[in-house]
Amino acid sequence: MPADAAKAAVLLFFVVVVQLSIMAQVTILGGHPNLLLVTLVCVALLRGAVFAAIAGFAAGLLVDSGVFATLGFTALLLTLAGYWTGRYGETTGRDRAHAPILSIAVITILYQVAALVLRFMLGQNAPAGAIFAGLVPTVFLNLILIVPVYAFTRRLLRPREWAPREVRLLG
Amino acid sequence: MPRNRSVSAVLGSSVPRPRPQPFPSRSRSALRRRAVVAGLVVLSLILITVSFREPTSGPLHGVQSAGATVLRPFEVAAERVARPFRDLYGYFAGLVHVKRENERLKKQVNELRQNALLGEAARAQNAKFRAQLNFVDSPLFPSDYRAVNTRIIGWRSEFDERVVIAAGRGNGIRQETPVVTSDGLVGSVTQVTGGAALVTLLTDESSAVQARDQDTGAFGLVRHGQGEGSLIVDRVTKDKRVEVGDVIVTAGTRSKLYPSLFPPNIPIGWVTSVGQSDTANFKQIQIQPFVDFSSLDAVTALITNKKIPKAP
Repeated sequence: MPADAAKAAVLLFFVVVVQLSIMAQVTILGGHPNLLLVTLVCVALLRGAVFAAIAGFAAGLLVDSGVFATLGFTALLLTLAGYWTGRYGETTGRDRAHAPILSIAVITILYQVAALVLRFMLGQNAPAGAIFAGLVPTVFLNLILIVPVYAFTRRLLRPREWAPREVRLLG
Repeated sequence: MPRNRSVSAVLGSSVPRPRPQPFPSRSRSALRRRAVVAGLVVLSLILITVSFREPTSGPLHGVQSAGATVLRPFEVAAERVARPFRDLYGYFAGLVHVKRENERLKKQVNELRQNALLGEAARAQNAKFRAQLNFVDSPLFPSDYRAVNTRIIGWRSEFDERVVIAAGRGNGIRQETPVVTSDGLVGSVTQVTGGAALVTLLTDESSAVQARDQDTGAFGLVRHGQGEGSLIVDRVTKDKRVEVGDVIVTAGTRSKLYPSLFPPNIPIGWVTSVGQSDTANFKQIQIQPFVDFSSLDAVTALITNKKIPKAP
């Protein structure tokens, strides 16, 4: 577990730096790929809800510090994204080959909408039109990213041997 | 993997069903999981609240500055690694429009050459008159400013138009320091730490600059338009004259209500369309900024030691 935490910390730190310095200015067909969200989804599917929630919180704080954003803003969104994806990975999505694809598609939409709502509530700039116009390309770009990122993360954090499901007999 | 469920065991049993009991290990795990997430969410909300209400000199912003300082060298390194690839992409992307742009630029060079000759004569005459009148002025761009050239090391999300630059308080940058490129006005510094600063671009929703039509002298307020990255000149009354192609520069005026952060005569853009309706009080003017905000790489922060006059 500590080895996993160290590996995930290094990976997410590197991804945060790449996201802020390089990926944040990449715009393709109005979409903005989010490497950090993609990596967090991979970590969540491989290591579960609690691990991903903590990882998301730490990575979010780092992002908020790096770009002088409202501290806790990205941390909150990534905590919830990591937790929900982790829960999906622990339950319905366990051992499903399509789990990463489905997760990133859903989480990208939820993340963008949640960010928009939160910004609106804080009285910050919330360009709903531009965000919704770029939502489909963003999902598409994240879907492209998740294939290599999941393969890499899977090599780094070996999938857990899940304990067999606990089944109670009725009689 | 053998399953622990047996159909016969379930259906064939006549034993009365016992009262359902929770799984102790499972419920403990679920409780712990929910507690961790709830704790993180509450912590995030507390951080948002404090960060939102706290002044920029507060302790939480100090922690944030420390985080930014730790990240800065890594961001600079990543940006340096990515730059050749971005340049290569920019090179090929530029080839698409290069022929049309070349023709436009040749035409522009001829016009500018003529303007430069006229401008040089006017500048010399202006300097002579100022000396004769002992004219007292606010800091002028670019002569009264020292340039701090710096690189962009981070970009905010797609929600707002802000960038992080690799120079901060240690380089003389303060809050509200104007930021330009060789093409024109970029924005101003809105947050600063020892080694980095946050620049709010002109295209951000929160930006507004007092501007002047260089050709006709009409004053207005440049702010973001409807489309992404578009700019308009607002508050220009209908009796003022503004033509398509006119150059818009910073006005540099300072009023008590709307003080301008920028020195006068920094180029902003050129007018692309002018319209007016019977019902509106002001003209509808769209401008094309000289700065290409989508491909910003390095910028210049303008530092002045000359005292900036303030309205009483």
